[in-house]
Amino acid sequence: MAGRALALIVGAAVLALTLGPLILVALHAEGGWSADLSALRFTLVQAALSAVISVALAIPVARALARRRFPGRRALVALLGAPFLLPVIVAVLGLLAVFGRSGILNQTLGGFGLPAIRIYGLHGVVLAHVFLNMPLAVRLILHGWQAIPAERFRLATALGLGPRGVRRHLERPMLVEVLPGTLVLIFVICLTSFAVALTLGGGPKATTLELALYQALRFQFDLGRAASLSALQFALCGAAVLIAARVAVPGGFGRGLDRAVAQGPAGWRMGVDAAVIAAAAAFLLVPLGAVALRGAPALLDLPSSVWGAAGRSVGIALISTALTGGAALALALTPGRWVEVVAMLPLAASSLVMGTGLFLGLFPFLAPEVVALPVTVLVNATLALPFAFRILRPAATSLARDYGMLAASVGMTGLARLRWLTLPRLAGPLGFAGGVTAALSMGDLGVIALFAAPDAPTLPLLVQQLLGAYRMDQAAGAALLLVILSFGLFWMFDKGGRRA
Amino acid sequence: MRLVLALILFPLAATAQDRPVLDVLTYDSFTTEWGPGPQLKTLFEAECGCTLRFTAPGDAAAVLSRLKLEGARSTADVVLGLDTNLMADAKDSGLFVPLATIPDTDLPVDWTDDTFAPFDWGWFAFIHTTDITPPTSFEDLAASDLQVVIQDPRSSTPGLGLAMWIKAEYGPRAPEIWAALADNILTVTPGWSEAYGLFTEGEADMVLSYTTSPAYHILAEGDDTKAAAIFPAGHYLQVELAGKLAATDQPDLADRFLTFLLTPAAQEVIATTNWMYPARAVPLPEGFDRLPRPEKTIFLSPDDVRAQRDAAIAEWQAALSR
Repeated sequence: MAGRALALIVGAAVLALTLGPLILVALHAEGGWSADLSALRFTLVQAALSAVISVALAIPVARALARRRFPGRRALVALLGAPFLLPVIVAVLGLLAVFGRSGILNQTLGGFGLPAIRIYGLHGVVLAHVFLNMPLAVRLILHGWQAIPAERFRLATALGLGPRGVRRHLERPMLVEVLPGTLVLIFVICLTSFAVALTLGGGPKATTLELALYQALRFQFDLGRAASLSALQFALCGAAVLIAARVAVPGGFGRGLDRAVAQGPAGWRMGVDAAVIAAAAAFLLVPLGAVALRGAPALLDLPSSVWGAAGRSVGIALISTALTGGAALALALTPGRWVEVVAMLPLAASSLVMGTGLFLGLFPFLAPEVVALPVTVLVNATLALPFAFRILRPAATSLARDYGMLAASVGMTGLARLRWLTLPRLAGPLGFAGGVTAALSMGDLGVIALFAAPDAPTLPLLVQQLLGAYRMDQAAGAALLLVILSFGLFWMFDKGGRRA
Repeated sequence: MRLVLALILFPLAATAQDRPVLDVLTYDSFTTEWGPGPQLKTLFEAECGCTLRFTAPGDAAAVLSRLKLEGARSTADVVLGLDTNLMADAKDSGLFVPLATIPDTDLPVDWTDDTFAPFDWGWFAFIHTTDITPPTSFEDLAASDLQVVIQDPRSSTPGLGLAMWIKAEYGPRAPEIWAALADNILTVTPGWSEAYGLFTEGEADMVLSYTTSPAYHILAEGDDTKAAAIFPAGHYLQVELAGKLAATDQPDLADRFLTFLLTPAAQEVIATTNWMYPARAVPLPEGFDRLPRPEKTIFLSPDDVRAQRDAAIAEWQAALSR
């Protein structure tokens, strides 16, 4: 009962934080409503392509990682979190080091006398989105694979099922459960992207709704247009979430004893798995390596303000993580479809609109720089909630299915149940969710700029300021520091969860 | 003992409270430790007996947006960093009051506006590495194989500057010029720093920036491989402005600050920290005299910008969307 009340409170807070600012912006609007159809079309096409390709590529990688054991596997799985957490401009520069004009790929092609490829255009946008999101898809699908009890695989072997049988009876039902949520998550992330889409899209034909929003708010100060674009984005994302909730069919694998998954089939399939893992690792690690090489020389020579900014960013990330972790857990443990919809809502919200709305609401009462850090924490916690929820929900659902009756029959409720059943059983996904939240919060740039006092920037804001002051080397160094800190937090939470 | 402490501390507390505060709203790179902000603060506070406080919500467009967001309730006294392309919008907001006098400046154009004081300026230009032959006009660029990065006029002030430059130089021929340039434009970025980053990473031959950009590389990095391509037909002028808000509770301090901004001491700070030309002729460091200066300045008055801006952006968008 207490859990349900908590979930209702969290739900109400999320609704207030996502829809409230939108309503405030709309109330201040003077202009009419309008929408940009070509922006809508481009936004949908690039997001759909990015989501489908990311997930399609992630399935074989997740399967290979699930059924093979090799030295460095843990490190590779942990590193899969990294691209998603990179600041956009840093990720773009990393990709350019590989696919750009003087990048590794074009130099190799040139060496063989082949024509150079150009990264700019729709394919560049999709490439960047796949780079950023495919690893997230791998992690989510890998969780699904590992949620199939090892006993099932052993039973399948005992029954003489070949790889095809395993696929049909174990893997396909799991994928049916995991894929819709993963697809929607990535689709919606790509819906709200704009810096990647514009920079690599090549020009105004790569206008997304989010760019149109940015333009409306920052350049034209047309609150009516901003509110209508934001409402359109909400409707799109809401529809995607509802469709996904409808097609997802709950599976039923029964309880297991948490033993390691059995080894995969031998023979040529082993070679294929090895090749898949190697290709994915190269695609992700080479650009990351380029970022590290670019930033490393400047690391020792950073301006003093970097350290204060880094401290502020870590503080914000830790508090956001605590808030999001609690809220996501409360929601994930509560049955019902409304929970799914509410928890996914913040994905549809533009942080720009959220920031502007909160500013309109708070400014008459409080000085912006006084509330800069609390507002940033609150907004970051809200924006990370869908990710944490998506990670916790499947595990929480199977927990209720597999242990709910047992716990009820021995009268285990409230804090005792949380302590002895929920937290230990969910430690893995909780750690992963905490890591993602912390790292996302480290990298956020959207809201702080509107509120922050100029002498107290966060690390992403400082990277932006360094870039704006021609200090490209120091910006690369500060960006590398940001990556190291984000990744460090992610790794600490993730590892803590897996050890528990 | 407590009484003694109180007697010692009281005058301190009183002066701290008596010091008036001047709130200046500006863009973010102005206030960073390597920007003009900290030095100007030290200089001005030494003479005004006040506290100077900067607030920086982002780039120049974000400053205007923040101002409109705050409206008449704004606690800011002075706004610093809008440019002539944003000026008509800013004036239309009705939030500014005229200055006591039209400031005396050494700009390449005559300054006649009585609401805004120019504090620095620059010419937009394409920056290239010295190993290529730079173009000498937009037609020349369009005919070449050079690849350039520009900024989106819908989200950045240099991007808007380029759209107005081509509109001002070519008038009705602007759509034709944009169409010819389309295959030379490698990509369009949301802001200046993304574009400049692509250029310094070697992705493009040229980037839209300022004629003064190479001064940073020369003076701060000892790198003289970057230069501005000079177009004899002229370069578009960007003038950065400061103005006084109608709602200020420190009108006299605001006036003093605006006067101070044009003093030689403040102007020298701005030149070498903002990497633009100062609005008054003051001695400049050596790197600046090596910079080529365009012979001709192209400039649209704020009213012309207001009248032509939407059309210029639409032409840009139409030509590059194909």
